[in-house]
Amino acid sequence: MATSDSPNIKKLQVRRYPPEENPKKTYLTEERGLWAWMTTVDHKKIGWLYLSSIAFFFFVAGVLALLLRTELLTPSQSFITADTYNQLFTLHGAIMVFFFLVPSVPAALGNFILPLQLGCKDVAFPRVNLLSFYIYVAGAIIVLTAIFTGGVDTGWTFYTPYSSSAAGGNIMMMTFGVFVLGFSSILTGLNFIVTIHRMRSPGLTWNKLPLFLWGLYATSVIQILATPVLAITLLLLTMERLLGIGIFDPAIGGDPVLYQHFFWFYSHPAVYIMIVPGFGIISEIITTFSRKHIFGYWAIALSSLAIAFIGFLVWGHHMFVAGQSSLANMVFSFLTFLVGIPTGIKIFNWVATMYKGSIDLKTPMLYAMSFLFLFMIGGFTGIMLGALSVDIHLHDTYYVVAHFHYVMMGGMVFAFLGGLHYWWPKMTGKMYNEFWAKISLLILFIGFNLTFLPQFVMGSLGMPRRYFNYLEQFQGYHQLSTWGAYLLGVGFVIMAVYLFHSMRNGKQAKANPWGSRSLEWQASSPPPLHNFEHHTPVIIHGSYDYHKPMSEFQLGIPTSHNGHGEEETVTPEPGPAEEADK
Amino acid sequence: MAQPSLSVKKEKPEHHHFVDADQQFEASKMGVWIFLVTEILFFGGLFAAYIVYRAWYPELFIAASDELDVFWGAVNTVVLISSSLTVAMAIRSVQLNQIKGLIINLWITISLAGVFMVIKYFEYAEKIGKGVLPGAHYTYDGVDHEKANIFFSIYYMMTGLHGIHVLVGISLMLWLVWKAKKGHFSSKYYNPVEGTGLYWHLVDIIWIFLFPLLYLID
Ligand code: HEM
Ligand SMILES: [Cu+2]
Repeated sequence: MATSDSPNIKKLQVRRYPPEENPKKTYLTEERGLWAWMTTVDHKKIGWLYLSSIAFFFFVAGVLALLLRTELLTPSQSFITADTYNQLFTLHGAIMVFFFLVPSVPAALGNFILPLQLGCKDVAFPRVNLLSFYIYVAGAIIVLTAIFTGGVDTGWTFYTPYSSSAAGGNIMMMTFGVFVLGFSSILTGLNFIVTIHRMRSPGLTWNKLPLFLWGLYATSVIQILATPVLAITLLLLTMERLLGIGIFDPAIGGDPVLYQHFFWFYSHPAVYIMIVPGFGIISEIITTFSRKHIFGYWAIALSSLAIAFIGFLVWGHHMFVAGQSSLANMVFSFLTFLVGIPTGIKIFNWVATMYKGSIDLKTPMLYAMSFLFLFMIGGFTGIMLGALSVDIHLHDTYYVVAHFHYVMMGGMVFAFLGGLHYWWPKMTGKMYNEFWAKISLLILFIGFNLTFLPQFVMGSLGMPRRYFNYLEQFQGYHQLSTWGAYLLGVGFVIMAVYLFHSMRNGKQAKANPWGSRSLEWQASSPPPLHNFEHHTPVIIHGSYDYHKPMSEFQLGIPTSHNGHGEEETVTPEPGPAEEADK
Repeated sequence: MAQPSLSVKKEKPEHHHFVDADQQFEASKMGVWIFLVTEILFFGGLFAAYIVYRAWYPELFIAASDELDVFWGAVNTVVLISSSLTVAMAIRSVQLNQIKGLIINLWITISLAGVFMVIKYFEYAEKIGKGVLPGAHYTYDGVDHEKANIFFSIYYMMTGLHGIHVLVGISLMLWLVWKAKKGHFSSKYYNPVEGTGLYWHLVDIIWIFLFPLLYLID
């Protein structure tokens, strides 16, 4: 029962052992102190460093959003000037995208979970991992400096020629900061790919790889292929301001549409950097809380890669009205529709996983279900925008704003929060308060829809995006949207309170509070410094084998004297008796 | 292959989180290869800009490329190709555990890279002297084309970025020499040498593309 019957798989003797409950020594109790944290190469602590940084940026950009929405309560100027308004939406967008959403799941949660799911002690290059965090910090400092030395009002897309010659502020520094940040993203992607290829524990074949890791893998591929192109684009833009390079600046002879091609060649794939890891989280949560084997494992795994691939071919759908040839428009429109196929495959498989499962409506599961609902709206409206004639009407309206908020916030942020609640017991060793978690989710869900549903309507009625004033007929929609935004703020405050509270006073978490079958739950909560007590675990069951009893899911470790004899027989010794979860 | 071996007889890895030295070697090699892919895409953006502008203004490229000095470009190509050879010899030396050979070969490579940069410096100085500057600052009137400045923008971006890569390569190799002198490398552990070698080949290959694309068109 211990190994598969495939002939050329190495046979090992394994000893089973259950994870330690209430561990005394964990990664949190060892290597303590500020200096130890700041210089740590432990993937779990680096995950925390990222998590706290992105939480900070989420807060900053969130406050900016509330300011923007407050200004929009009235059709004319309420309390900030038009120029300030432009700066605020630029910063809101740029910070949310580059400093929060892109690193959110991969660098924060992924860093923590990936080695645990692979059964290794750390990522392949721990020092590079720390370096990538500091590159992120450096990028952040540069961007913050740019904000305080003039700001930027180009929008997060930095379109030329406005950004290359007309706009004031400190664009050079801003684009340079984002350029630096890109390298952090590249290094994380590189690290993850190598780790997944080279560091899987024995028994963890590609067809047992948890779907979260498939998601991270696809994301990493996009990160290493697309981010360098953004880097060179922003470098060119920086040089445009610094040396007057002029490749994108029509005043000197350059071509501004070329900039848009370059930018979207990165940024459309980047929107998948911002969603595919979320898909991975949803797969994990849905099977765990449906107590059922994931439906269509390969379909889900490969559709992530398919999305990553097609995502590289659709950038032109952002430029339908930018003077592209109509042939190009048609091709890009068609390719955009294709993205819907792998995305749909995923949704169907998730729903099929839930079908006839025994669904447990814990907070992470509720997040996953909200995700399904909101992401579908986001995805479908994306298809509509991909239709040429429709897009000409809707381009640069609030409809687009609503579309990408449904995918980025309703999709990715909800998936991220689902993952955070799902892995919180593992990361902190503490349980949060279910009741308040559900209340806050309810508020977020209502607040989110209240904020963004009206935007679809006003967008289709012609309300353009990035405007500081508007016609009076839109006021009702704008006010609904602003009240929704305040509600979102309340939801997040509640969340911050109960999460912090749980860190100090939460109930001690069991090693596997959700009864999940995947490997990270076979380590204690919180895990020891080297994840699996200095041993390399042997993976015997698939991480979605819910048809097997929980008692079989103890970690196997190779007994010390074997591993070199190919012909050695497998006699798994029964582990110490222990109570099973189920 | 991808599965780490559990054998206790394996070489101990340099860093504790690897199961054994083989795994570490494979991992670092793969890491370098992926890094090189990102480098190619990074330069790829510039090549794309080159292709677009060349397709739009073919006559501009032919005229402006006359301003570049084919002789010194060719010399630099030879210099870089030789340095690729010497860096390969450096790797060979360390594989044979000949640390002295490693250090000598690294020094030769560093010097060749230095020669490349010196020649590049004179090329730049000569152009800047006549007012061949990128984009907005272009004042030279020897090329009869209104977009001549854009050609030189692309020229400076491509060769400048490549030059920065050469400088990075020089620093990496100086660091290797320093490590090698401290006895860090042996035939059992030389991942950084191998990685730097791969990087250096890439820098070389990029130049092999830049040279004909910029200097040899007409
Ligand atoms: C089914 C998949 C999707 C399709 C078919 C789709 C399609 C589109 C189209 C056609 C546009 C251009 C609208 C316009 O500017 O007129 C657009 C804009 C946008 N989409 Fe999507 N999209 C999809 C998924 C996503 C995802 C997953 C994200 C992010 C996580 C995203 C984020 C955005 C953003 C940020 C913009 C606006 C960019 C800007 O101009 O500032 N989209 N989408
Ligand atoms: Cu897009």
